[in-house]
Amino acid sequence: MKDTEIAVIGGGPAGLMAALAAAEMGARVTIIDRNSRLGGQLVKQTHKFFGSEKEYASVRGIDIGRLLSDEVLKNPRIETMLDSTVIGYYPDDGVLGVEFEGKTFVKIKPKKVVVATGASEKFLPFENNDLPGIYGAGAVQTLMNEHGVVPGENVLMVGAGNIGLIVSYQLMQAKVNVKAIIDAAPCIGGYWVHASKVARLGVPIMTSYTIKAAYPNEATGTLERAVIWQLDDRWQPIPGTEKVLKVDVICISVGLSPLTEILWQAGCEMKYVPQLGGHVAVRNENMETTVPGIYVAGDVAGVEEASSAMIEGRLAGLNAAKSLGYDDGTYSEKRLEAIKRLQNLRSGPVGEKIRQGLAQLVSSGGDYNA
Amino acid sequence: MLKTCGIPTEEELASRIPPKDRRKKGPVVMIECFQKIPCNPCFTACKRGAIQKFEDINDLPSIDFDKCNGCGLCISKCPGLAIFVIDETYSEDEATVSLPFEFLPLPREGEEVDLLDRSGKKVGRGRVLKVRNGKYEDRTPVITVTVPKGLSMVVRNIRVGGDLR
Amino acid sequence: MRITEHPILTFKRGREVEFTFNGKKMKGYEGEPIAAALHDNGVRVLSYSKHLHRPRGFYCAIGNCSSCLMTVNGEPNVRVCTEKLREGMVVETQKGRGDIK
Repeated sequence: MKDTEIAVIGGGPAGLMAALAAAEMGARVTIIDRNSRLGGQLVKQTHKFFGSEKEYASVRGIDIGRLLSDEVLKNPRIETMLDSTVIGYYPDDGVLGVEFEGKTFVKIKPKKVVVATGASEKFLPFENNDLPGIYGAGAVQTLMNEHGVVPGENVLMVGAGNIGLIVSYQLMQAKVNVKAIIDAAPCIGGYWVHASKVARLGVPIMTSYTIKAAYPNEATGTLERAVIWQLDDRWQPIPGTEKVLKVDVICISVGLSPLTEILWQAGCEMKYVPQLGGHVAVRNENMETTVPGIYVAGDVAGVEEASSAMIEGRLAGLNAAKSLGYDDGTYSEKRLEAIKRLQNLRSGPVGEKIRQGLAQLVSSGGDYNA
Repeated sequence: MLKTCGIPTEEELASRIPPKDRRKKGPVVMIECFQKIPCNPCFTACKRGAIQKFEDINDLPSIDFDKCNGCGLCISKCPGLAIFVIDETYSEDEATVSLPFEFLPLPREGEEVDLLDRSGKKVGRGRVLKVRNGKYEDRTPVITVTVPKGLSMVVRNIRVGGDLR
Repeated sequence: MRITEHPILTFKRGREVEFTFNGKKMKGYEGEPIAAALHDNGVRVLSYSKHLHRPRGFYCAIGNCSSCLMTVNGEPNVRVCTEKLREGMVVETQKGRGDIK
């Protein structure tokens, strides 16, 4: 059995910030991540980030990932367990079961846990949606930006949210042709600046269009063409509007759902909040769930942007450390600052969905100084 | 229309176009940012105070066109790649547009390239005057290209070499 | 196909290694996911579904979805989207659940 003060599960933007914040307050932290490197999905984000300087605005995700990982790796209070997957949480004794470096099983007993496991890509029902060549947009981003292999020659992007738009742009940067970006909604869901970036490359964005079916090449069994059709204002397909696109790749970019298995095991009260991507843990303003000592941060707490994930991580880390008695007198100020920054990021029109989601979820109170 | 295809209409663009009088005086910034998103690096990048401080980080950038000298230091800092510098005083029949360009191959200075509009359609040919691609630009090279005078508000991308599509 | 030049990224690749896919010799880079090496070699069908025997490729590429299970060095149900490529690996298409030998 291994002891630690705070276990952070997941070394993405939220987890790294949680670890750094807790260590800054004086706590000893162990980050557990299933990958061979830290950074989570930042390692494939080649675009410059939005936000303010404090959220590393104008710095590329890949570089933010590197920056935070370096800081974590040189911090003497933070221990990093890579190639390690948390496969269970035992609520009776608060023990985490970890598959360490693929082969051995290790038990860890932390005093506090920050769950920052992120989210996984959603899927979409349509005829032959299981054909090889139909990939999550994030998967294509991983293949292309992390491993340097292009997914194919011609792509249909399904979903005009930020991920769909950004990955389309990145495909074009890798000289892969994006034939069209379609979205069932009547409006583009992602930032308009991202949409304009791909429009300028000549990629058509077609709203009120959805995918009807995909068809394989008979010889190879892999994707060869896609059929899309238009939707009316009640989201019903209009027969006769079908278009056939010759594509060897379809990217599905229809949202993410939080990876909450550990939270369910721990017995956290969970709630289905569609605005946040699915089932998420009920929590207070300090990111603490209904199980005392278990905190959430980042996409697992509600699917949002990486910039807010970083601040949520910081908030969770600060509070986990404070609950163990670590406070050099700066806790209250730092906590308030983080809360304020989150409010600012979410206060505009694009934050409305998140605000609606959080209103159903966040219980008030929980300031340890109160 | 922006919200359905990512291409602004003339009406949508109108509010972002620098005043005509100012355009007659030399290079000036045009920020094609139409949506309130939480973002402010353009303000941080502007050393002359032309891009004004954001009261709320979700605000649209507000520009004092008289303070802007068209230096273009904001172009590569905009995460949305939505900033352009237009110089309608370049010559009798040509204007210049400075734009962000994150693609390979990069054009060489002096090279002729295709000029593209906001939908990626070819609208003419232009000559690359300058390629800024230093540490500051951080892999968002800024290309200054000549355009026929009437296209200063139309050209927003270039294509180097053949048609990639 | 490999990306050879990129406006933003440079790729640090491991040494080139040889492996087999259904007995056929292929090349890839040590330490990259098996699925990336296969994709570069034009292999997109990684397994066949249990009941209807439909071809499957990967879907998430980060170890979440289990769409990419293959038999590697005799061991079935290996997620090749995250399993790292090593010299001499024997990679085989998996049909159905796979058998533990």
